Amino acid sequence: MSAETLAWPGSYGGDAKPRVGFFTDTSICIGCKACEVACKEWNRIPESPQGFTGKSYDNTLDLGANTWRHVAFIEQRVPADADGGASLVEAAERGGLVEREGLATSKEGDGVRWLMSSDVCKHCTEAACLEVCPTGALFRTEFGTVVVQEDVCNGCGYCVSACPFGVLDRREGDGRVWKCTLCYDRLKDDREPACAQACPTNSIQFGEVDELRERAEKRLAKLRGDGQSEARLYLADEEDGIGGAGAFFLLLDEPEVYGLPPDPVDSRRHLGAIWAATGAAAAALGAGLVAAVFGGR
Amino acid sequence: MSEDGTRSYYGQPVIKEPVWSPEIPAYLFTGGLAGASAGLAYLAGLRGDEELARRAWIAAGAGVSASPLLLISDLGVPRRFLNMLRMFKVTSPMSVGSWILSASGLATSVATANAVTGALPRAAAAARPAAALLGLPLSTYTAALLTNTAIPVWHEARGVLAFVFAGGSAASASAVAVAVTPPRHAAPARRLAVGGAAAELIALAAMERRLGELGEPLRSGRAGTLNRLAKGITLAGAAVIGARAGRSRAAAVAGGAILAAGTLAERWAIFRAGFQSAADPKYVVGPQRRRIEEGTARGGSRQAPRLASA
Repeated sequence: MSAETLAWPGSYGGDAKPRVGFFTDTSICIGCKACEVACKEWNRIPESPQGFTGKSYDNTLDLGANTWRHVAFIEQRVPADADGGASLVEAAERGGLVEREGLATSKEGDGVRWLMSSDVCKHCTEAACLEVCPTGALFRTEFGTVVVQEDVCNGCGYCVSACPFGVLDRREGDGRVWKCTLCYDRLKDDREPACAQACPTNSIQFGEVDELRERAEKRLAKLRGDGQSEARLYLADEEDGIGGAGAFFLLLDEPEVYGLPPDPVDSRRHLGAIWAATGAAAAALGAGLVAAVFGGR
Repeated sequence: MSEDGTRSYYGQPVIKEPVWSPEIPAYLFTGGLAGASAGLAYLAGLRGDEELARRAWIAAGAGVSASPLLLISDLGVPRRFLNMLRMFKVTSPMSVGSWILSASGLATSVATANAVTGALPRAAAAARPAAALLGLPLSTYTAALLTNTAIPVWHEARGVLAFVFAGGSAASASAVAVAVTPPRHAAPARRLAVGGAAAELIALAAMERRLGELGEPLRSGRAGTLNRLAKGITLAGAAVIGARAGRSRAAAVAGGAILAAGTLAERWAIFRAGFQSAADPKYVVGPQRRRIEEGTARGGSRQAPRLASA
């Protein structure tokens, strides 16, 4: 059973639906950004022009109030012969091309490896944003996803600082916080989220979390069997610091290379210590006040 | 890769900078001022120092009046401020704090109204101890608010920041009391000023030591400048109060104003440090990567496949 959350499925009783999420297999992402476009169009998100960033093909840069899918582009130098197991013939052809045409895109003997990854809200099992939200605007849906109710949010901004992934942000000129809803409206209509439907390579796979995890395990085993020793699953385990995510990833390098935290922890895990320190400090303040007022001659 | 070896995505931040405006550090100050002033006023009243008690109640009343205005003005949708009281959530220090501030504001207002006009004597008799008691968590819960986030310099200060705020609240409340009270009635406030300032500075030193390199934002950039300035001002204010405020009204006013400014600046420094801490991915990634290398965390990723279930 996929990790149960505080409010799912328990509080929904018979209305609870299977927990759904995304498995984003970055090994087959081609960086087309169809997910970014489909998300913007379906959810009617305002434009978010960043201009030309000069950071590879990424002119989106990060997730935020107006960006609920973000495709990261990472260019890495790798030894040419290690790139995807290029054969000697292929390597020689490449070398010949460089000599004939004078086209060298990278240093001699180097190849370039592209990592592309479509990032999204993780819909954490232990969701810090939802826990700190003072108004209850953030809630757990019957699908086990995390959604902001725009008619309740008062823009206090606590979730923005609580999210260990930097997903949420306040929309300028609007004042409220916005993020991926995992297409809550489409889910209710038995449709898959817009990004997953638009993805041409099935890098973004939508489905029930239990089934997606099994699929991810098989894919990881396959890639490793093929010699992709850097392949790893990210946020696919209930034992991690957020109790696993509804939206998890297969990555080909360390998470921080993609702008993701390598060991995210829901701050609620330290809430007991935080309240204890708060109480102890309040008591100390009381003692100090008594000592100052009654301690004199 | 940055110079310290942390890898990142083009140096982009991993987490978002807070969206909070300067109203929030101002509130950290006014909330602490109100909370500790209520305690000072109540205890001074018990001891029979009516001159001090009345003035401290007025300071507490001013603090709890300014606080909600600052908080509401910081909201993205200010007219929805009442949504703060839609529920009570212990997982949200902001929710808990909204209720503490509401209750404390009510009790303090009644006590202050009585201290000024003599009205509502029976209600005030109940309100005074309630305001004093609620003032204690009002002064320190703001540390829970900041530390229960993903901002490294705040979150990793979770065991100590509340004590910084407790000392700072005592210092700011007594600074105002010293400044507005004739010296011969202000001896308890002077003792509290010196003790509170010392407690704040000691707790700060402990916090910065515990933070280690994560505390860099408190030493560098704008927050670092503010932090150094705040400590100097606080020390100067406490010294003036300790040395001269008992004899000279002018020294009391000056010392009180200086100390209050110091505690306000310290809140501002801690607030700004959070922004610097969020902006540089090395503060987020570095400690997490170390936890993984030391084996004290599972980490978010796994390279070994689990046996495929049947």
